[in-house]
Amino acid sequence: MKTYEEINAKIESKKAVVLTAEEVIDYVEKKGLEAAAKEVDVVTTATFGPMCSSGCFLNFGHSKPRIRITQAWIDDVEAYGGVAAVDVYLGATQLRRNDPANLYYPGEFRYGGGHVIEKLVAGDRLELHAISYGTDDYPLRELRTWFTIKDLNQAIMVNPRNCYQNYNVAINCSDRTLYTYLGVLRPGMQNLSYSSAGQLSPLLNDPLYETIGVGTSVWLAGAHGHVHSEGTQFSSIAERGPNDVPMEGAGTLGLTANMKEMKSKYVRGISLIGYGVSLALGVGIPIPILGPHILKRTTVKDSEIFASVIDYSSDYPNRTGKVLCRLTYEELRKGEVVVSGKKVQVGSMSSYAMALEVANALRDEIKRGDFLLSKPYKKFPLSQSQKPLVIREKRK
Amino acid sequence: MSTKRMMLSFPKSEAEKPIVYHLVKDYDLVINIFRAKVTPEEFGYLVLDVSGSDDDIKRGMDFVRTFNVEVDEAGVGVAWDAQRCTHCGNCLPHCPTKALRIVDPMTREVGFFPGDCVECLACIQNCPFNACSSLF
Repeated sequence: MKTYEEINAKIESKKAVVLTAEEVIDYVEKKGLEAAAKEVDVVTTATFGPMCSSGCFLNFGHSKPRIRITQAWIDDVEAYGGVAAVDVYLGATQLRRNDPANLYYPGEFRYGGGHVIEKLVAGDRLELHAISYGTDDYPLRELRTWFTIKDLNQAIMVNPRNCYQNYNVAINCSDRTLYTYLGVLRPGMQNLSYSSAGQLSPLLNDPLYETIGVGTSVWLAGAHGHVHSEGTQFSSIAERGPNDVPMEGAGTLGLTANMKEMKSKYVRGISLIGYGVSLALGVGIPIPILGPHILKRTTVKDSEIFASVIDYSSDYPNRTGKVLCRLTYEELRKGEVVVSGKKVQVGSMSSYAMALEVANALRDEIKRGDFLLSKPYKKFPLSQSQKPLVIREKRK
Repeated sequence: MSTKRMMLSFPKSEAEKPIVYHLVKDYDLVINIFRAKVTPEEFGYLVLDVSGSDDDIKRGMDFVRTFNVEVDEAGVGVAWDAQRCTHCGNCLPHCPTKALRIVDPMTREVGFFPGDCVECLACIQNCPFNACSSLF
């Protein structure tokens, strides 16, 4: 058994043995669990995909004369101004002002919050338009200026929900095309779409949250950040396989990091036809190999991880809970699967190639002694479910 | 017999001439049009596969050029930006000819093979990262 302190000491002396969650599978098979657990210090996990519940706090600094911003637009995308004078929160799924949305169905959603966040991280110059009602101490009522991320005092990404432990596979059993956040689903189950890094994905390698908790250090788009809380909709009560790996959404993470340290390659605005805009992020999370039990968890393979196929024409929008079937990520990655006796083409919203790149980058940073692990100071609850929104007819 | 992908750009005034008819009739070429827009008083284009003997193809294209039509023999009207592509694979089930396909099953990287592209433009509508675009 090792401690966090011992592992960090090895990282600092650049002697840590670090493998990605893909490399560790063969390594443990060859060396045996007990021997490998003594050697391996850290396993790096990663994912890259759309994470809608993301956004950032920006502080612009004070203008002369001062303004107490009530409404603000960055490149015509509204940022929430209901915080202090020159702080705003820009959300990933915010549409651009005058975007016709789905009025001309399916809408194109070419530009929005996610794209602004990508441009900010890339160092591009953006337009700020802000208005206010004016006060004695903050008299300015309107301003328009241009800025880059370097001009900001702070640009802190604070994401309520990232890194879904597992995710639905979307299919369309109806006779019309559907436009969803998992892409375009053609009628009659012609295609399906999944979104997970499978065997590389952080919470699939730590299914019962034994090392990932509040305070865990994470690699968020190249910046060193941490888990600030359980993610919204965290629901540890989920159907799980014999390896404790959930077969549905289950756990989520609230993540934060300094956007000034991020790399724009891993912060990407996305347009989902007929659905909206969002943000794709690259996230890496190191798992300390405290003992053989933790190591065993990280050897989980795509063939041992199941995802639930859900009909997005009726069962998903109406929350019936019906699951058509379950498929492993190994099956999904073959590009064609059989659902209800029909051959179905497979697409994906998450990128395994980019997740692999992130896992490798984090592994190399830890090997160089540049990234230390942190022990979570609070564990996630193991018996938490997700509450629905009840539509009541009366206040009482 | 060989098949070549061509992109023909029409000047504003050449909408009324039956160019494709002459390519078939006079030059013995098999024409497969992927995409075309030829409208009077507007710039037009034609993306097609031309099959025939090398000599006939050359003569046919020389004929086309006499109408002030620009012939781009490396012509592909769809562009894939490798820098913007994240290899998510959302395009894969929407590409009918597998012109967009996995090039490395281990890393699951996606590649674009212009020779297989029939310019249906499904990738442009479907790519969340705006990696695919049309030249016109």
